Amino acid sequence: MNKENELYLLDRPNSYVGRTLSREAAKRAVAGRGRYTDDISPNRTLHATFVRSPYGHAKILSIDVDAAKKHPGVALVMTGVELSEMCTGPWVGTLVCFEGMKSAPQYAMAVDRTCWQGEPIVMVVASSRAVAEDAAELVSVEYEELAVVVDKETALDPKTPVIHPELGDNLAFEKTIETGDVETATSEADIVIEDTFTFGRHTAVSLEPRALLAEYDPGTERLTIHTSSQCPHMIQAVFARTLGIPEHNVRIVAADVGGSFGLKIHTFGDEVATTAASIKLGRPVKFIADRLESFATDIHARENRVKGRIAVTKDGIITSMDIDIRSGAGAYSQYPRTSVFEANQILNITGGPYAHENYRATTQVVYLNKVPTSQYRAVGHPIGNSVGESLVDQAAAACGIDPMEFRRRNVMHDDSYPRTSAAGIEMQDLSHQKCLETLVDRMNYDELRQEQSKYREKGIQRGIGIAAFIKGTAPGPSGYYGAGGAPIATQDACTVKLEPSGGVLCMVGVTDQGQGVDTVMGQITAATLGVPIESVRVIEGDTDAVPYGGGTYASRATAIGGEATYQAAQKLREEILEIAGSLLQTDTDKLDIIDGNIVDKGDTTSRISLAEIGRIGHFQVSELPNHIQPVLSATHRFRLRDALYIFTNGIQGAYVEVDVDTGFIKLLNHWVIEDCGRVINPQLADEQVRGGCVQGLGGALYEECVYDDAGQLQNATLADYLTPMAGEMPDIEVAHIQTHTSVSELGAKGVGESGTGAAPAVVMNAVNDAIRPFGGKVTCQPMSPQIILQALGKI
Amino acid sequence: MDEISMEISLTVNGEKITKTVPVRQHLVDFLRIELGLTGSHLGCEHGICGACSIRVDGAVVRGCLMLAVQADGTEVFTIEGLTETGEIADLQNNFVERNAMQCGYCTPGMLVTAAELLRDLKPRSREDIRNHLSGNFCRCTGYHAIVDAVEKTINKRLEDS
Repeated sequence: MNKENELYLLDRPNSYVGRTLSREAAKRAVAGRGRYTDDISPNRTLHATFVRSPYGHAKILSIDVDAAKKHPGVALVMTGVELSEMCTGPWVGTLVCFEGMKSAPQYAMAVDRTCWQGEPIVMVVASSRAVAEDAAELVSVEYEELAVVVDKETALDPKTPVIHPELGDNLAFEKTIETGDVETATSEADIVIEDTFTFGRHTAVSLEPRALLAEYDPGTERLTIHTSSQCPHMIQAVFARTLGIPEHNVRIVAADVGGSFGLKIHTFGDEVATTAASIKLGRPVKFIADRLESFATDIHARENRVKGRIAVTKDGIITSMDIDIRSGAGAYSQYPRTSVFEANQILNITGGPYAHENYRATTQVVYLNKVPTSQYRAVGHPIGNSVGESLVDQAAAACGIDPMEFRRRNVMHDDSYPRTSAAGIEMQDLSHQKCLETLVDRMNYDELRQEQSKYREKGIQRGIGIAAFIKGTAPGPSGYYGAGGAPIATQDACTVKLEPSGGVLCMVGVTDQGQGVDTVMGQITAATLGVPIESVRVIEGDTDAVPYGGGTYASRATAIGGEATYQAAQKLREEILEIAGSLLQTDTDKLDIIDGNIVDKGDTTSRISLAEIGRIGHFQVSELPNHIQPVLSATHRFRLRDALYIFTNGIQGAYVEVDVDTGFIKLLNHWVIEDCGRVINPQLADEQVRGGCVQGLGGALYEECVYDDAGQLQNATLADYLTPMAGEMPDIEVAHIQTHTSVSELGAKGVGESGTGAAPAVVMNAVNDAIRPFGGKVTCQPMSPQIILQALGKI
Repeated sequence: MDEISMEISLTVNGEKITKTVPVRQHLVDFLRIELGLTGSHLGCEHGICGACSIRVDGAVVRGCLMLAVQADGTEVFTIEGLTETGEIADLQNNFVERNAMQCGYCTPGMLVTAAELLRDLKPRSREDIRNHLSGNFCRCTGYHAIVDAVEKTINKRLEDS
């Protein structure tokens, strides 16, 4: 497709691309017609529950399941040993792309030892969840408590016990990168700022918990799993391999998914156990995590300590940054995506908006007797951005330069791409300067500073925060998953078909969890083909129906799946025009498709409808010459070629008020200017940013999984683990700069994590701006009132 | 142990229902499992998240904190019933138009809670709306779009009244 035609298809008048359209799923949701996994209950469905480890680390001495087995309504009681006999082997959560990484074998349920509180020990399957829980209480497990490792700072000390002795120590992974000459740059700098930042553990808290319904048919040996997942094909591969079933005999259906945020790109032992129960019993078996189980067994994330240093000249030019990361994983590296991505991403992106050439980053990821950690929305970015942007703010203050101006002097220039970042990553098609100037304008930055001063005079402490950011989206095949050895596709695919009626089916490997992925794919298809949106139906989330794909993670759906859809639709368009040209005895070059009709280019009068092409192409093929055999179906796969990611960029602004007597923070305004390339549906893009921001604000202000010294999770309820609610959150103003990515024709980059990635940084900077006159400084998240008062020296 | 059960009679979405239920079954499990009304969702079963909000005798309650047997003799409305009566059709349309949900899991409870503001119709600030909805957790939207949709519905009803 030449560039001219490409622009014509997407940008022609009344194009569906670039337009806000409502989602079909929204119409179902408001009527209570959503269809989540727990809403599906085939006949004879049984329900699984789990006896879970009450200890952070313990040897299992004995398990007595006799009473549970005899309990009325119980169909199956299974121990970890029994489950391991149905599995092909334990999981080892390493990827070869992380050189030197190590992890211990992990069984779906604990076999002889439990390494984290909440680890499944025994599964009970019964006629209802309530009955299964009754019986689970009759299971008796004798444990011998072992010493726990809960502090990441001392995890590598010689005196600290080693969780998995066969690994030699508690180190999962370490890595150092250095570009330029950090030591020289630092020693020659006018100003050097050093600080240490700590980040609490978070978890995703999808409102719909993890959910799985396994249906095994012993006759056909086919396994169907309905599950609340972002990545059906990955689940297919992992479950098939783990349970020794041919992959093509396993169908994964992910209907409506009630929130995911990275949580639901993972595989969990209790879900394997539930599936094994269905295979063993030949009946449907369902497992729905309750909220306690969600907190105690969903992946956790973000537990990191980062020491950072920035070197600058006195006129405010950054010459060097270096960081040292200590990342607290759980007891095992999460299979198959690992628990080291977060630390690796912090290393990749800290200081990423800036043009300095000297950078060093070291990371060590250590095992702890806690829930395994892994990918949660905007992996690593909230941490890297908070560290980098706080150091930048502190350096600006030390130089006596306004923080906006300081960033203006240091961001990569919009005309400087392609280039390599200080972390050695290729950057292209970014727009830091445009985003910054747009933010200045949208915030009324100078006036806001004046307003802040006026409030100061009245004794009201308001702060203005700024945080520039980069965000890695849509990872390519050269980087991690495919190259690392995991069965996770980094390419994605779309099949577009013209039906006899003229309707269009669009099947995509990427999935929707409410972002509007299906709507966006429909818009791309309709715009490219030239058909009314109402005639396009998008199908996703069913491995029996869609071409193989990676699903939705790392802000990849529109960037990767969208390009596949665009290309597939173009292929189908070409075939339709060929058939039309033959029927109309007209050169295909002279024809176009508008509103579901073949027209002469430049005209809108229908010469033949797509319904007619569909009818002839399927039923009246004899009307076509022999050399034309209609297929009316086109598939395209798309992957990045060389790039590690499609990086996006942006900048956020925040305006907050800090009550210096109570430590309470009030969020007044929040701005996000971001560049996700071509925007397909402006409303959906905006809402991704807004929702993402609030998720980041939750982590910055409220959320933390608190463990005690014995490895016991202290706050595993929604009453104790605080999440952002409507009353505390601000309105969020969003604007998009659209620098199309040059790696695809569609030009779209990812947008789903840009809000989350920098919101913690910007609000921390705003809080510090508010309390700076008091000599206070916060470098710890969540920034609870207690932390604020400590920073102010009041407690 | 056999389940201890009890017969209850109640009206659900305008339909009279008589059922024998386990005494320990909460109201939303009853609605979902026994009546197939899966529009009410369970998010925490601790009364915090609000996903299970339903209307019982005119008041919004957390369906997970009420036992089915306590609903004996009551009139219950779920999102399915509120949709059928058309009472909140404008609110629902505004939710769709403004994309005031993503995954949709919180939406039924959010609508039931927001409907209270429509029944007690008067001008409301965005802060009022935010405070009213503060017992309903939404992980996806960040709330801004929800507040927009509720605000627009209130203002339109005030304009039309």
